[in-house]
Amino acid sequence: MNKKYLFKLFIYGQSDDCKNTIKNLRNICEEKLHDDYDLKVIDIKENPEEAEEERLIAVPTLIRELPAPERRIIGNLKDKDKVLAALDLIE
Amino acid sequence: MEKTYFSAAENEVKKVKTHIEGFDQISRGGIPYHRNTLIAGTSGCGKTIFAMQFLANGITCDNENAVFVTFEEPPENIVENMRSFNWDIRKWEEEGKFIFVDASVSHEPQPTGEYSLIALLTRIENAIKKVNATRVAIDSLGSLLYQFQNDRIIRRELIILVNRLKQLNVTVVMTAERISEYGEISRYGIEEFVSDNVIILRNNIIEEKRRRTVEILKYRGAFHQKGEYPFTILPRKGIVGTSLTTLKMNQPVSAKRITSGDKKLDRMCNGGFLSGSIVLISGATGTGKTLLVTEFLKGGVEANEKSLLFAFEESKEQIVRNASGWNIDLNEMEKTNKLRIIALYPEVLNLEEHLIEIKTHIENFKPDRIAIDSLSALERMSSPTSITEFVIGLTSFIKEKQISALITISAPTIMGAGTITSAHISTITDSIILLRYLEYRGCVKRGITILKMRGSFHDREIREFSIDDKGIHIKKPFKNIQGILSGHPVEYMYDVVVNERGVSKEVSNILDN
Repeated sequence: MNKKYLFKLFIYGQSDDCKNTIKNLRNICEEKLHDDYDLKVIDIKENPEEAEEERLIAVPTLIRELPAPERRIIGNLKDKDKVLAALDLIE
Repeated sequence: MEKTYFSAAENEVKKVKTHIEGFDQISRGGIPYHRNTLIAGTSGCGKTIFAMQFLANGITCDNENAVFVTFEEPPENIVENMRSFNWDIRKWEEEGKFIFVDASVSHEPQPTGEYSLIALLTRIENAIKKVNATRVAIDSLGSLLYQFQNDRIIRRELIILVNRLKQLNVTVVMTAERISEYGEISRYGIEEFVSDNVIILRNNIIEEKRRRTVEILKYRGAFHQKGEYPFTILPRKGIVGTSLTTLKMNQPVSAKRITSGDKKLDRMCNGGFLSGSIVLISGATGTGKTLLVTEFLKGGVEANEKSLLFAFEESKEQIVRNASGWNIDLNEMEKTNKLRIIALYPEVLNLEEHLIEIKTHIENFKPDRIAIDSLSALERMSSPTSITEFVIGLTSFIKEKQISALITISAPTIMGAGTITSAHISTITDSIILLRYLEYRGCVKRGITILKMRGSFHDREIREFSIDDKGIHIKKPFKNIQGILSGHPVEYMYDVVVNERGVSKEVSNILDN
């Protein structure tokens, strides 16, 4: 069954920074959304066309595709409060 | 491939031709090869056009493909805006010669920690690979900086981005917004530090006339001309430099004579004007300048030369009618395709555009001789600098093509000498003919003299002439009158003819024997 939230996280390569970004996002999602989300991680180093498709400028970029409307944030998602605000996850 | 780049000296930085008329001259070859060059200017100065023209000319002239990165306007708008320059971007896209990287985001992403611009770089790299591009334009850095306002990371990332681009074997032009024409190079004060070279486009208003200039501020390790050079933006062509001051003076000099259209005047010039020379006629209104122009055109047509007239004072109908008053049928001559008359109001275009217009007509008609009647009409609507540039630009152009030219100037006062013209013109022209009114025994008479004629002997007398329905009639020199040129003729009573040796005929005869 479809989840309520769908995230796409764009990263470049497999550096520690990238891994940290993914970890930051996972932590936030687990805490706020429990199991009700899907996350696709896309490495643009491997798939440059994906970067073009989404017209990215910076990495990491997180796109909340669902629920609409789309939300975008950039950065390593370290600032939890900002992430929650930008993703509209504050109760 | 190699011929695209040329360097003035062996150790000189390689350059890529922009094929922007005039710019390759002042930059001594174009944009430095495999480096990045900042095009800075205020809004509306033509930065985007310059950047796009660099790419467009690469595609059409040198078979070099291109990537255009836009932060400002979406590609559709750019395609639409550039259509008037005859750049069919959509076609090039289909042919795989051109590609946009659309970074014109409307929404401002919220930074939530450290980030890099490597996504953008990946896209640019990907695009370069796709079309095998060697030229890249980024428009504009300021918009990128604006999207990430007040962010320290963006500055660091911008430097990284620009440095990475250098490793991609492409020649990059980047645009940057300026706030004022003379002040900080760029709005954010960072753009120029990441650039190897800086070109500034200006869009000034001087004496209510728009004046666009280009200046090369910095060309790391490469030679270039210093100072501001005027340019204009034309439909179908884009940016066109209008200063030819950089052209070398290597026009061949001719000793061939061509007729002025009047036998007596030819005799005064020791056999006619020199072919390929520029003759200036200065005189007050009604002294007969336009008549001399008409004779000049007629002389050309009769000698089976093609003549082209640029008239800025009268309409074509008036010119034809005036000529018929001297029994010259210009309409008939035009039918034989030996003559063309272009009548324009000076105010229709600015001077730079007039110059382009004149050049285009010359290129199309390929005349042997041209006449401009009058330069004063053009002077009326221009600033002193632009008229100088116009005259230099025009004269060097027609000299290069070895076209003979007759240019008229209206003297400001009826009787007096006034100025021949603003000084800059008289030094450029090869010959100067003066037409003067003078008051003599209660009558107004006309006088003609040749003030200078480069590379030729000429009559130094001031001769009387009259005008009737057969045209101009040059007669004998005025005798016993002094001060014609100064505008205060005085008759003197002793009857001695003084020749150019400053002695009387009698003394001269003795000396010659």
